[in-house]
Amino acid sequence: MTVALSGKEIAGQLEGKFPGSIVESGRDCIVVNSDSLLAVAAFLKDTQGLDLDYLNYITAIDYYDHFEVVYQLVSLEHNHSLVLKTRCYQRDNPTLLSVVNLWQGADFQEREIYDLMGIRFEGHPNMKRIVLWEGFQGHPLRKDYL
Amino acid sequence: MALKTEPFVLNIGPAHPSTHGVFRMRSTLDGEVIVDMEPVFGYLHRGIEKLAEERTYTGVIPLTDRLDYLASMSNNLAYCLAVEKLAGIEVPERAEYLRVILAELQRIASHLIAVGAFLNDCGAFMTPILYMIREREKILDLFDMVCGQRLTYNFMRVGGVSQDIPEEFLPALRRFVGQMPGFIDEYDRFLKENEILLARAKGVGILTREMAINSSAGGPVLRGSGVKWDIRKADPYSIYDRFEFDIPTGAAGDCYDRYRVRVEEMRQSVRIIKQAMEQLPSGPVRSEVPHLIHPPVGEAYAHIEAPKGELGFYLVSDNSIAPYRCHVRAPSLINLTALRDMVVGWKIADAIIIFGSIDICMGEVDR
Amino acid sequence: MNIINLGINNLGQPATLPPDWPGGFWWHWLVFTIIILAFVLSMVMGFIYFERRGMARMQARLGPNRVGPFGLLQPVADAIKVLLKEDIVPSKADKIVHWLAPVVAFVPVLLIFAVVPFQDGALLADLNIGILYVVAISSISTVGIFMAGWGSSNKYSLLGAMRGVAAIVSYEIPVVLAIAGVVMIAGSLSMNQIVLAQNVPFILLQPLGFLLFFIGSCAEINRSPFDLLEADSELVAGFHTEYSGMKFAMFYLVEYAEALAMSAIITTLFLGGWRGPILPPWLWFVIKVVAVFFVMIWTRTTLPRIRIDQMMALAWKFLLPLAMINLVITAVQVLVWPTAVPWVMIPVNLAIMAVLVVVWSKFFKLGWGRVEV
Repeated sequence: MTVALSGKEIAGQLEGKFPGSIVESGRDCIVVNSDSLLAVAAFLKDTQGLDLDYLNYITAIDYYDHFEVVYQLVSLEHNHSLVLKTRCYQRDNPTLLSVVNLWQGADFQEREIYDLMGIRFEGHPNMKRIVLWEGFQGHPLRKDYL
Repeated sequence: MALKTEPFVLNIGPAHPSTHGVFRMRSTLDGEVIVDMEPVFGYLHRGIEKLAEERTYTGVIPLTDRLDYLASMSNNLAYCLAVEKLAGIEVPERAEYLRVILAELQRIASHLIAVGAFLNDCGAFMTPILYMIREREKILDLFDMVCGQRLTYNFMRVGGVSQDIPEEFLPALRRFVGQMPGFIDEYDRFLKENEILLARAKGVGILTREMAINSSAGGPVLRGSGVKWDIRKADPYSIYDRFEFDIPTGAAGDCYDRYRVRVEEMRQSVRIIKQAMEQLPSGPVRSEVPHLIHPPVGEAYAHIEAPKGELGFYLVSDNSIAPYRCHVRAPSLINLTALRDMVVGWKIADAIIIFGSIDICMGEVDR
Repeated sequence: MNIINLGINNLGQPATLPPDWPGGFWWHWLVFTIIILAFVLSMVMGFIYFERRGMARMQARLGPNRVGPFGLLQPVADAIKVLLKEDIVPSKADKIVHWLAPVVAFVPVLLIFAVVPFQDGALLADLNIGILYVVAISSISTVGIFMAGWGSSNKYSLLGAMRGVAAIVSYEIPVVLAIAGVVMIAGSLSMNQIVLAQNVPFILLQPLGFLLFFIGSCAEINRSPFDLLEADSELVAGFHTEYSGMKFAMFYLVEYAEALAMSAIITTLFLGGWRGPILPPWLWFVIKVVAVFFVMIWTRTTLPRIRIDQMMALAWKFLLPLAMINLVITAVQVLVWPTAVPWVMIPVNLAIMAVLVVVWSKFFKLGWGRVEV
């Protein structure tokens, strides 16, 4: 059975290493600051005992006043998973750091989030639209699109 | 004296007799060898995630049919599991067993097309795929008996399945399950050790174990590279923990291994169906669920082992009748991430085979 | 039942037709030209139908069965459809080359039939260099294929045509060496003499030669498993992508006419041509040609396609050495035991073939010896 790691425990570990990075921690997810996203992600991937080397999915949700980007990380070896979230408060041109160098699986998913939600990922080698055509105006999955 | 050559750009697709759906591989070729490749898709984008926000929870089920249209039962199942997790709805026993039987039948049907299309790409000119379609027709007849549809079933519901199976289903299923292992052996007899198939598929398009994990591959692509990860065993959903079955894995991660993994999975599916048929209890097939479901505010993610990989639905609810956000974790899209690394260095003919061995369905990739 | 009753000759077969039957050079030429044209065109139509039906039945489906009784008029329907299509020529194509290519590809195939014996002495021209003429003429089709690829101004057609030419040229050599073995036993290059020398069909005396010739000719006419030029799961239709209408029909005809020609050559060289009891000789010829073509359909339906580099490796590393060994063994047998009884030579040759094929295939694996299953 895949064990969902407790948010509070991981939050405790992370506060120790990266102070100020945790915004909130729930029972099964942690919310980090968008600035410390890359450092936290690298820590989660490389630490022995956590070994979260499999990125299951990335998705983004539009909560009217902010965007929330959700990452689920899984460790195939230890069979546990963790949900990592981060928030973007800008509406016009939100940017985040890309995790493509850690998990190549993020490649198409980050492009899709850019295409449909408008969040740019810095450090991504090919930040262009993926499901819609070049020259499409707007980002359809946003709540204020239609 | 070295010949001065210049690489040129070639589009394989989107309208191509062999790519599975509308998919374009923008390749840079040096002679016949591919030096770079960029996949371009989006030709089938219908905005399913956006449409899902405007339909009731039950109304989204027909939309999920059209994601991976070759494995609709699995899509329905994943979505219903997600809603049930979100709303805390229990499913009766009989419905659980029926779901397992239908999902495994669907896995066999999807793998038949996957293996057949792969062999067709290898050049066996329609003979293997036609033999496999003959078996798939039997499965589609079974599905027709159950829900009246052959391709997009819309059969599972939140809280169970939509209606009970008719009387003639179980005897027909028993007949099918009796014959199927014989057919799989027949395919193996023709193809498993065929010299030409080995020459075309062995060692071609290798996906190493580290690369597979790093690019979030799932399903037969991941298992073909030697990673023993199957959601049915690692994180059992529904009642899969009551059945005995093995997980076939490959060793080298080449096209041949992925093909063997799919064939062995078909055998294991037959095994599961046999066990489920014996243990099938009687009872209601759907729990009492209100017409318009109002799940509490929150979010849930449920995943299943679909034939193509790990299919998951991430639902966010705000206590209204429609989902606030429905995201589909599409296995085909994520399995494509590693395509470029698998294809570079091989010839055009191999690129078609490698692409066929990943087995994608454009409905999922573009959504 | 025979075309003309001339009595029995010393072989027990109907007597040889005089070389200028029915009398006069031009009448002979006219009658046989008409016979050959009728034969080729009708057999090609029959082959198209036979292939579609045969392949379909092997693939657990029916095949054409609507047009005419049992779908027999299907090729006629296809021919009419293709004649009525618009002829599209790419604007940048080299017009003359583009127009000439189907002609250059098709005419040599028809020319091969000039030396194929339908009955004892019933040939358009009983050349005493018969089989050498066949080998020479069949190579001209290759030029037609390359012209088609070049004249299309399409880089993929050119790629396909170049691959095709490389493959055809590579497979010529084992084919010619296999023919040399047959010629040594028959003692003559003339096709009619080769048939007359087959008291025992040469397939039994030269089993390895038959195998090499069959594989080589399948590769030369681009039939599966060597049909990578027109593979629909590769890029495009190869060298005949840019052709439509009647020109495309010519290429299609070329494919089947070459299959017919190769089947006829195999029948003549290895299966005893028109020889056989009871039935009239030309009927035996047709039966044997259809049987050989059936084996070609069978391999097409069953085997996957091999890649171009694997195909070249097969020609140079597998077929060529075997062809040379076959030639040497045949030469030794003809020289040392010229009057050996066939009943002794047949099992000896079959054994030699079996041993050689098994041993050589251990040395050469199509996939370059990758790890076994």
